[in-house]
Amino acid sequence: MDTAIHFENVTKTFGKVVANNQITMDVKKGEILALLGENGSGKTTLCNMLAGIYYPDNGKIYINGEVANIVSPQDSFKYHIGMVHQHYKLVELFTAAENIVLGLNPKEFKFDIKAATKRIKEICDKYGFNIDPNKKVYNMTVSEKQNLEIVKVLYRGADILILDEPTAVLTPQEADVLFSVMRNMKADGKSIIIITHKLQEVLSVSDRVAILRKGEYIDTVETKDATTQSLTEMMVGEKIQLNIDRPEVVHNIPLLEIRDLTIKKDDGSIAIDKVNFYIRGGEILGVAGIAGCGQKELCEAIAGLRKIESGDINHVGESIIGKKPQEIIEEGIAMSFIPEDRLGMGLAPSLSITDNMMLKDYNVISPWYNPFVNRTAAREKAKQIIKELDVKTPSTETPVRRLSGGNVQKVLVGREISAGPNVIVTAYPVRGLDINSSYAIYNILNEQKKNGVGVMFVGEDLDVLLALCDKIMVLCHGKVMGVVHATKTTKEQLGLMMTGSLDLNDEKPDKNFGIAADSLIQDIQAVEENKEVNE
Amino acid sequence: MEGFITWWQGAIVFGTVIMCGALGEILTQKSGHLNLGVPGEVYLGGFAGFAGAFLYENSTTNPNTFLLIIIPILCAILAAGLAGLVYSFFTVTLKANQNVTGLALTYIGVGIGSFGGQYITAKSGSTGYARAQITSDVFTESIHHLTGSSDNWFLRLFFSFGFMIYLVIILAVVLHVVLKKTRVGLNLRAVGESPATADAAGINVSLYKYVATIVGGAIAGIGGLVYIIIYNNGGWSTTNSIETLGWLAVALVIFATWKPANTIWGSYLFAFLFWFYANANVVGINLSVTQADLVQALPYFATIVVLIIIALRKKKENQPPASLGVNYFREER
Repeated sequence: MDTAIHFENVTKTFGKVVANNQITMDVKKGEILALLGENGSGKTTLCNMLAGIYYPDNGKIYINGEVANIVSPQDSFKYHIGMVHQHYKLVELFTAAENIVLGLNPKEFKFDIKAATKRIKEICDKYGFNIDPNKKVYNMTVSEKQNLEIVKVLYRGADILILDEPTAVLTPQEADVLFSVMRNMKADGKSIIIITHKLQEVLSVSDRVAILRKGEYIDTVETKDATTQSLTEMMVGEKIQLNIDRPEVVHNIPLLEIRDLTIKKDDGSIAIDKVNFYIRGGEILGVAGIAGCGQKELCEAIAGLRKIESGDINHVGESIIGKKPQEIIEEGIAMSFIPEDRLGMGLAPSLSITDNMMLKDYNVISPWYNPFVNRTAAREKAKQIIKELDVKTPSTETPVRRLSGGNVQKVLVGREISAGPNVIVTAYPVRGLDINSSYAIYNILNEQKKNGVGVMFVGEDLDVLLALCDKIMVLCHGKVMGVVHATKTTKEQLGLMMTGSLDLNDEKPDKNFGIAADSLIQDIQAVEENKEVNE
Repeated sequence: MEGFITWWQGAIVFGTVIMCGALGEILTQKSGHLNLGVPGEVYLGGFAGFAGAFLYENSTTNPNTFLLIIIPILCAILAAGLAGLVYSFFTVTLKANQNVTGLALTYIGVGIGSFGGQYITAKSGSTGYARAQITSDVFTESIHHLTGSSDNWFLRLFFSFGFMIYLVIILAVVLHVVLKKTRVGLNLRAVGESPATADAAGINVSLYKYVATIVGGAIAGIGGLVYIIIYNNGGWSTTNSIETLGWLAVALVIFATWKPANTIWGSYLFAFLFWFYANANVVGINLSVTQADLVQALPYFATIVVLIIIALRKKKENQPPASLGVNYFREER
């Protein structure tokens, strides 16, 4: 096979940090090459040099055997390279077609949107994409946006496609569709580089795997000769235990009980539909579901950030409906939600770690009658979290947005836990994290579980949910499809429940999922019934 | 009827000044830059246009009509465009805070304009204030001699103005079409919505921001020219009305929901409402002096009402450009 791209001693540094050190590697024509490495190993930097975002300090890049000098995104198009970035580069207000033609044919005064639409349809049919060219981007799902990004680079005539962590925001089903599209493109002779750290995907979709570690090129291996274990070792450089611990803890009373809860989304549609479940102390309840199935709204409702339509949220026998977020925090319920862009909720990006520590409990660190904040105490707390969770930061005063994704998440989770909650609601805490950082987070959660804290873990990786959680609740379109014991279920069963093909409520109609036998709510109802009788 | 026609005629000219400011500011804001220096640009345009006209007509005994038109316009465009260039240099190249830069530009523009105007007045030796009378006559010459009779109320309402009034309406339509239908417009909107996307698509983001801000400034400058030469009959007076018009223009951008075509009726409505205090007797209302000041704020109230309506309708197309007010750093995450 011919070589499509050849890197020769490519080096890129940012200040003192060496992002890529003397990388020499090949990408062949018509292959799917997985670029594997932990966060900060230099995968994206390497590819950004192909996309014209960065320019190498040293070394040469050959495209189809010729030295290529790529100094801007336009040069990148010239060499038929197209990159789909992790953060989509789309104009929300434009239609799919407008986004695709953006920046093309600058000489043409009036743009011919009809001709463009026709060509877009042809590309979609050829490779199996499903895009409406006239749909506005703000109305699209994440997976549609991703398809749009890929069609955009194909429209520009890309022969070499780079996909930066394309499955990070997709459901398993959507990822499978993406993989089949990738195979179609490969059959058409296109070279594809997929940046990822999900080993299962690497093994299922790629032809070869190139591994980077801390900016160094390690090796390229044939996928058929690789195993999860061998790839992991090359990636992290040491043998690591792949099993997630699930300590056995004596279950406690139900700490958080949800009854007949109904919540609406911002647009007025139903997000959560008459849901029942409970979390005991000393257990981790996993929540699985396709993105946008009401997970966000549920988390917000528990934290008191979203109005509920009907039903009850009960904390140790006491309803928290109508309480202010501050009061709910004081009751010991901590919520951390890592949104798709990984910075949004929970931390103020421009403030330092110390300042972010104060955001939630400024009134605990310094009492209300004291007009001055106690920065010393907050700084101590920041130092403690940096030490305990091994956060990589120059100082406690570094703005959070300057940290890498994994470290940002450690700061957030660390702060939530340091408040000493008895219920932790955490959504996507390992989103986009590498293996080591993910394990650090799992260990933190297990530690809390051993201390008798009830944990609700909203996740996207089913393997992790199965390994970490005690029970898993599956949501589909706001309804609970059932609650299963993690040790007694399979990934396939969860997948069927996520898509709504399997509803355990139908299978076992007389079993009331989500209502604890020793519920603390019943007592209150009994009391109220007695009251009515007495009156 | 007579009172209404006078009110209308004043409002159309006054509205044209606001329209120029708003058109320039829409163009600038579409590139993602909130330029609060519009009042300064209008002021500078007014001063430079006046200076050009005054100096030209006093330098020759037999002024050429074409030059009488083109010199003030070029002067206004150059001065206000230069102000736009300064703003772009600070906010696009140096990435300085847009609000601070814009406000500074307003005060500098007003300061330079006032100083220059006073200087010319003093130099000309006239008592009171200097006047570019010949130029004003050319600009204010009504186009209704093209259509004949002048006492027909229809002609007086729609065809009694100088050519500039109609040119600015055409300019608004042209800008609307450019933004909506052309490549350049699509690219400019992309720059304002998501500069990172535009950058990745190979659009020269800085160039678009510079050009949009400079051309926007030039258009705002024409507004100042219209004020001095047409509304003020060519007379320079150190009034702060120009600055007020600049702020009305900024409000009009929001009122028009960033669509140039909407500024056509919006600006006239603003001017109409602004002059309500002086013409209230036409509709049978008598206002005291103190009430008049309050009534002059009507355009701002109208803007607030529009803001509320936009907020309630939640339509994404009516929102400001997504990156408005945020400087673009390519390597920022």
